[in-house]
Parts: sequence; C-alpha cells; structure tokens
Amino acid sequence: MALSNVLHAPAAGFNFDHAARNAELEGLFDAQIPKPVKTGTTIAGVVFKDGVVLGADTRATSSEIVADKMCSKIHYIAPNIYCCGAGTAADTEKTTELLSSNLTIFSLNSGRNPRVVMAVNILQEMLYRYHGQIGASLILGGVDCTGNHLYTVGPYGSVNTMPYLAMGSGDLAALGILEDGYKPDLELDKAKELVRAAIHAGVMNDLASGNNIDICVLTREGVDHIRPYQVSQYKDKRKTKYKYGAGTTAVLTEKVVPVKLEVVEETVQRMDTA
Amino acid sequence: MEKRSVDSRVRGVSTGTTILAATFDGGVVIGSDSRASIGGEYVSSKTINKVVQVHDQIFCCMAGSLADAQAVTKAAKFHLSFHSVQMETPPLVIAAASVLQELCYNNKEELQAGFITAGWDRKKGPQVYVVPLGGMLVGQPVTIGGSGSTYIYGYVDAKYKPNMSREECLQFATNALALAMGRDNVSGGVAHLVVITETGVEHVVVPGNKLPKFHNE
Repeated sequence: MALSNVLHAPAAGFNFDHAARNAELEGLFDAQIPKPVKTGTTIAGVVFKDGVVLGADTRATSSEIVADKMCSKIHYIAPNIYCCGAGTAADTEKTTELLSSNLTIFSLNSGRNPRVVMAVNILQEMLYRYHGQIGASLILGGVDCTGNHLYTVGPYGSVNTMPYLAMGSGDLAALGILEDGYKPDLELDKAKELVRAAIHAGVMNDLASGNNIDICVLTREGVDHIRPYQVSQYKDKRKTKYKYGAGTTAVLTEKVVPVKLEVVEETVQRMDTA
Repeated sequence: MEKRSVDSRVRGVSTGTTILAATFDGGVVIGSDSRASIGGEYVSSKTINKVVQVHDQIFCCMAGSLADAQAVTKAAKFHLSFHSVQMETPPLVIAAASVLQELCYNNKEELQAGFITAGWDRKKGPQVYVVPLGGMLVGQPVTIGGSGSTYIYGYVDAKYKPNMSREECLQFATNALALAMGRDNVSGGVAHLVVITETGVEHVVVPGNKLPKFHNE
C-alpha cells in the first residue's frame, strides 16, 4: 500500500479547518493540549547616531535543558538589515531565512538594496496571515537610504517602532536597563555598552537566557557582527575534542599471527564492457 | 514577551484604548491615547500610534487587537488609494468608513478590531463615522470608543456642543482623553490629536505630564 501522500500531495501551509472546533473543545476536557516549545531569549536593539546596534544572548533551551550554548539569534536578512529572533527557534530561523531569500530576489530584480520598512511589511503580512501560529517575536534593525530603523514584529503580526526595544523572556530585565540608559544620538561605544548591559541583565535575571552575548553593529559603512562580544564568565574549561595522539598508551607486548585462507570455490563472471 | 493571556479577550498585543472624534465648526478633531498592552497587565508600548492617516484628509483611530487593526488599516489604505485613483478625485469620508465596514463585517469571526473614521471632504464637510466590532456603520457628530470610553460617556454627553470653535473642541477632546486615561488602566501615555479642516491637517501631541489634571490627581 503506497503512502497516502504519494497519491495525493498534502496542501501547503497550515490547515485551519479544525481551528474553530478545537477552540470549542479546549474548554470542555481537562486534557493537555501539546504546547509549542519556547526557547527563552533576551534580544535587544538600540538606534544610535550612526546606525543600529542589535544584541542577543546565545542560549537555546528545551524545557530545563540547554540545547545549544552558542546558538546564533541575530539572523542575516540583507547586507544592510539584520534580525534578532525570540520565541520558537525553528519559527524564527525559517521565517528570517524566507524573508532573506525573498529580499535577495527583490534586490536582484530591482537592482536596489531593500528598505527596512519593506522587510517589516513582508514579515507583518506573513505573521498576520498565520494568526499567531508561527511563534516568532522579531526585532529588525537596519540602515537604508531613509535612515536608521528599528522595528519589532510580534507573533500575531503587530508592528511597533521605537529607538530602543527588547523582546524574549528576558525582555523586562533588558528593558529596565534600556529605559534608564537610552539617550538620543548615542556614540557607538556607549550604544554597544548599553546593549551589552541590557542583554547581560537578561542573562543574569532570566533562567532561560544565558551563555554568551552577541552584538551586531549596522552602519552605512557596513556590518560588524561580533560573535561573541562577551563570553560567559561561567564557561567551563572542558576540551570538546578527545583525540589522543599515537603513543599515548604504552604497548606492552605485540604478537602477529598471519591468518591462513584456503580457496574453497572460484567462479568467473564475464563483465560486458562494450 | 509572549504571555498569551488565557483570559483576555484579545490575543497578542491589545490597543487597550480610548479613542474619540468630534466635529466642530469647520472641521473635526480625532484623537487617541498611546498605550499598547498585553493581557491587561504589561504595557508593551507607551508610544504606539493609533491615529492612522488613510488618505490626505481622512484619519482613522484603531481599537482592539493591534495586529488585526494594523492589518485592516493597511488594507483600507490600499483600497482607498485605488478607489481615489479610479475616481480621479479624493475619496469621501463615508467611502473610507465603508471600506473599513466591509472588512470588519465580512471577517467578523476572525477580527477583533473597531474603528473611528473622521475627515473632511468637499461634499459634506467634516464628518465622523464609527465602525465597532461587528461591522456596523453609524455617522455621529461626536463618538468615543475603546475600553476607556466607558468612563467618559457622562463627560461627553454633558460637555459636547455642536459648532464649537477649534480651540474649544481641542480642549474638550484633550479633557476627555485625560479623564479616560486617568481611570482606565489600559489607556495612557500621550494624547495624540489630529485636527482636520478644509485647509489641511494638524497634529497636536500632548505629553502625559502636560495633560489637564482634575480634582483628585
């Protein structure tokens, strides 16, 4: 019996046919509905005098386990646009990849660098279409011909723009630092320090954020993606490679025994090489 | 922050909100607060823009789910722009309100967004229309909406007079917003006001600390 989806390819995208029925059923039983796995995160962004600074921690968690200690949460979108992603790791990764591919095609077709507001509109339209089923909270930052921009797009498709933003499970900790330290037209070093301090607050106060801090500086001149910008003070000294050189273990005795083989049966098969 | 509140009627970011619009002699004032919240507890933005320009002299205020409201106003802007290109004339305020009504009524199961539309056109001058959650369309000289509006029905009924002057109307709108923001926890921030007349559009922003204070503040 062939697989059912060989004969009839399933329709692309999410299927909302049972959404209304499921919503009704949710209240009726006390049954556990499977919840999507969240990956805790602290991400932040600040607009400064010459551009935008984005920052993120590098911990990806799967319930209480740290699944990845050095995951990259600052995603490339375009040469002048980068995006930090919080929420479900797979969703942020794939959404930003999809956006990046589409913008690359746009750049090739139009001969122009994409504008940040275009990236934001595409993301908003996509996330709104999926009604929050794609768990991606994104902070987009970039520099284009109209200036320096920083936007946040929520999982349901709401957009907000501010000179400083934080998202993720550690956002309240980071926001405290940003609210206190932000001033318009900061210099580059002050801006980097502010973002570092904001992510650090998230790392220290949120269990689901941690390990190293990555920073990405975007200016008209180009991008500086510093990974890691600050290494975790709790980094252990274990080696990750355990390869031992020849001679590490001393050889005490050596005995060589040749194995005698007898030919039992021999068949010759002609190969047609014409 | 992804606290998808179990209880809240709006999923995701809500505009909370107090919105209003009032006609005066020669124009219309439309205004809102600037707070966006999640789950009725967390203020996700203190400076969100809820007064959106859908055409040169037509503005809309949004209430309800921020994502839904932004999506609807985007679609409305597009439809109005296309409509005015086809007609080769600026759209009427009723046309803008109708576009919003169609979107809200036809998608009433999925959407949680309400709007107040106000503007000026050559045919009927200054007008205000309200399109609440289900997609009804009603034209009124003054209207209020959003969760904060419940606290100012009395004030608006008592203090609104038709054919006020521009300054009186601005003061009326500022007072109304200040009173609502003072009592409603999901309304706050700054008061965004837009004055639309035949000659053009003027934005007035009143920061929180410059809002009028009342007896027990």
